[in-house]
Amino acid sequence: MMDTLTQLIAGFAIALQPINLFWALVGCALGTAVGVLPGIGPALTIALLMPVTAQVAPESAFIMFAGILYGALYGGSTTSILLNTPGESGSVMTALEGNRMARTGRGAAALATAAIGSFVAGTFGTLALTFLAPAIAELAFIFGPEDYFALMILSFTSVAVVMGTSRVRGFTALFFGLALGTIGIDTQTGQSRMVFGTLELLDGISFTVVLVALFAVGETLYVASRNAQVHAVLNPLSGGVWMTREDWKRSWKPWLRGTLIGFPIGSLPAGGTEIPTFLSYTLERRLSPHPEQFGEGAIEGVAGPEAANNAAAAGILVPLLTLGLPSTATAAVLLAAFQNYGLQPGPLLFATNPGLLWGLIASLYIGNVILLVLNLPLVGIWVRLLLIPRPYIYAGIVVFALVGVWGLSTSWMDIALMVGLGLIGYMARVYDFPIAPALIGLILGPQAEIQLRRALAVSQNDWSVLVSTPISATLLAIAALVLVLPLLLRRLRRAERRIEQEAAAK
Amino acid sequence: MPNAKMTDATPRLRRHLLRATLGLAGGLALALSGGLALADPAKVLIPANPGGGWDGAGRQTMAAMNQAKIFTDGVNFTNKGGAAGTIGLAEFVRTAKGDDNALLVTGVIMVAGIITNKTPVSLNDTTPLVRLTNEYNAIAVPADSPIKTPQDFIAALKADPGALSVGGGSAGGADHVMLAMLAKHAGAPVNKINFVAFSGGEILAALGGGKIKAAISGASEFRQFAQSGRIRIIAVSGPTRLEGLDVPTLKEAGIPVEIGNWRGFVGAPGMSEAGKKAWLDRFAKLHTSDAWKATLKNQGWEDAYLSGPEFLAFLKSEETNWAQALREVGIVQ
Repeated sequence: MMDTLTQLIAGFAIALQPINLFWALVGCALGTAVGVLPGIGPALTIALLMPVTAQVAPESAFIMFAGILYGALYGGSTTSILLNTPGESGSVMTALEGNRMARTGRGAAALATAAIGSFVAGTFGTLALTFLAPAIAELAFIFGPEDYFALMILSFTSVAVVMGTSRVRGFTALFFGLALGTIGIDTQTGQSRMVFGTLELLDGISFTVVLVALFAVGETLYVASRNAQVHAVLNPLSGGVWMTREDWKRSWKPWLRGTLIGFPIGSLPAGGTEIPTFLSYTLERRLSPHPEQFGEGAIEGVAGPEAANNAAAAGILVPLLTLGLPSTATAAVLLAAFQNYGLQPGPLLFATNPGLLWGLIASLYIGNVILLVLNLPLVGIWVRLLLIPRPYIYAGIVVFALVGVWGLSTSWMDIALMVGLGLIGYMARVYDFPIAPALIGLILGPQAEIQLRRALAVSQNDWSVLVSTPISATLLAIAALVLVLPLLLRRLRRAERRIEQEAAAK
Repeated sequence: MPNAKMTDATPRLRRHLLRATLGLAGGLALALSGGLALADPAKVLIPANPGGGWDGAGRQTMAAMNQAKIFTDGVNFTNKGGAAGTIGLAEFVRTAKGDDNALLVTGVIMVAGIITNKTPVSLNDTTPLVRLTNEYNAIAVPADSPIKTPQDFIAALKADPGALSVGGGSAGGADHVMLAMLAKHAGAPVNKINFVAFSGGEILAALGGGKIKAAISGASEFRQFAQSGRIRIIAVSGPTRLEGLDVPTLKEAGIPVEIGNWRGFVGAPGMSEAGKKAWLDRFAKLHTSDAWKATLKNQGWEDAYLSGPEFLAFLKSEETNWAQALREVGIVQ
């Protein structure tokens, strides 16, 4: 412990040098910018900057990269909240409550709780990385295919049950996403599925296309179709530019819970930043004293997921730095950057190059402060976006969406898919189907399938393997509870009422 | 140490900043419009998830090229994993047509995958450029496994092939074929082997955690985890032992199975002659550079440089050999 502290202080001495502070600032600003744009993530940005850093000291380069990694998650929430168009897959859940808040004039508070929540989670995540990394890294070896499968089932059920106006709608959306996810070549056997003989569909439907179509295009069509009837003009600034005392009171617990969920899941090799946000949203909705506000703009629904995705980003560094095991595309790019400098991340690196590693870790603390200072004043400026008349802003969004999707792969199929799925997104808006479960099905469906088949291969088709570990059994039991408990409660209540009525009739 | 580097870096600050800005602007323009980039970075598609052998091959090669100042315009990597790299190949053929700066990492696993998966696209749809490295496979087991020698592995395979879950790259790839050949040698039915496909670094976690009984993959992927004592490498598949690795070859153990995992690059379908020549020249320069020699040494790769028409002829012979091998071991009917 003392040793860790001394090392950390030495790390701060490196990270606080003016040149390194400068790189941290550049990284944070770049990260915030790429986080706002859908389709451009931290992995691509860091990869593009790789040659630039060939002449920069490794400390400076990694300090900048860390700023990009954290900054992307700060920026990702902005478009989710203001335009209902998530910039990253980890910000999908933020759009649900955040955009409702923005529409009722509480956009500034939503952006603020997202930024402060990211700061809190980022800082606690970094603390956990500093002091617990070697222990947490062991999780990578404990989690087997059946445990991952159970974790994903829990994400599916919890999200489909709590979201939208009815569970039928939630599950319909989820299965729509799962069906989209089966398109393409099956990785376990190499057979192509549901591609109808087209080359374009062999590699599946791109997540960005679906994200942009269902959110941005669907939303635009909805606004266009309803605009004539919408007369009430909201002043987006009426809610003030800062969080109220009530907002603080309702935010701090979700921040901490989001951190607790995000960090360990982020540090799993197949964890990622999405699952924690799904679970955090569900949890906050269950625990909230005002569940009726969910779907109408509950601040807990922004605070929790935003904290969860930043904590997960800190978690991603755990297997990378302690084991040399990259778990996401961003981590793989960082690993390549280490190798560019002739360094191999892993336990040995802490012994052979402590200055670099502790400088990097110290810079994460500093990066979080920079991002908070950078993002909070921006809140007031971002919110003014809402003052632009909606037809103009949505016309702009459609242009960006089209150009973005075309730029990804220059494929007509993607454009056609975007339009088709955009229409489906519009129908979903009109008939009140939630969109997030469809995206979750698309992201996690293929992964859940692979993990299920790996588990069954290892067990030689013995299905009991799915409940064979304490982790998988517990997670599946929680998933079943999430599914059954509300039904049981409702039935109990109805039975109670009947007894009361019968008693009254007598 | 940091001070020395600081004074080194400060005068260059302005230039770095400019290049950083240019690089990002180029990237944004590229991602948004697919062609309006300011600089013209190479677009390298890696047909596997982050962290695996192909990922290293793509990123390390381009890094060495940058270090040796052969190609310094930046590289834009895309990972598209799965199905022995054929998903990435399909995407590459579909999206990169006529792009002189688009490259795809390829190798023996893809050659085999195309045959097993009956993929509607093949390497003939691309512009073959160069074979760069060869790497022999290794068999590794969890640190506490009762399997200690190649003979133990064969015995376990013979006793109950289904119970010995073996991880590897995509189904129908070189790792899968190697397991089938070992089963054939052991006299175990090939259709009973239990091969579990992984992509990227996940296989190391699964093996280190004892979720699978063994794994077959490139020796370099196992090295670090073997050094830290999480897994044990029990055999390598090359003709000779590997430097710095006290592990017998399969041949030494009396098992006549030899599988090499070569990797290289192909260019976009319909790449122009000028574009092809430019890349062949760059790879030729890379091959003689010190940066590349250092990379080969660090990664434990064997130099297997083969370029242009010779590489094309080699590809053809590989296709025939693999079609035959896959039929022999019963993976393809």
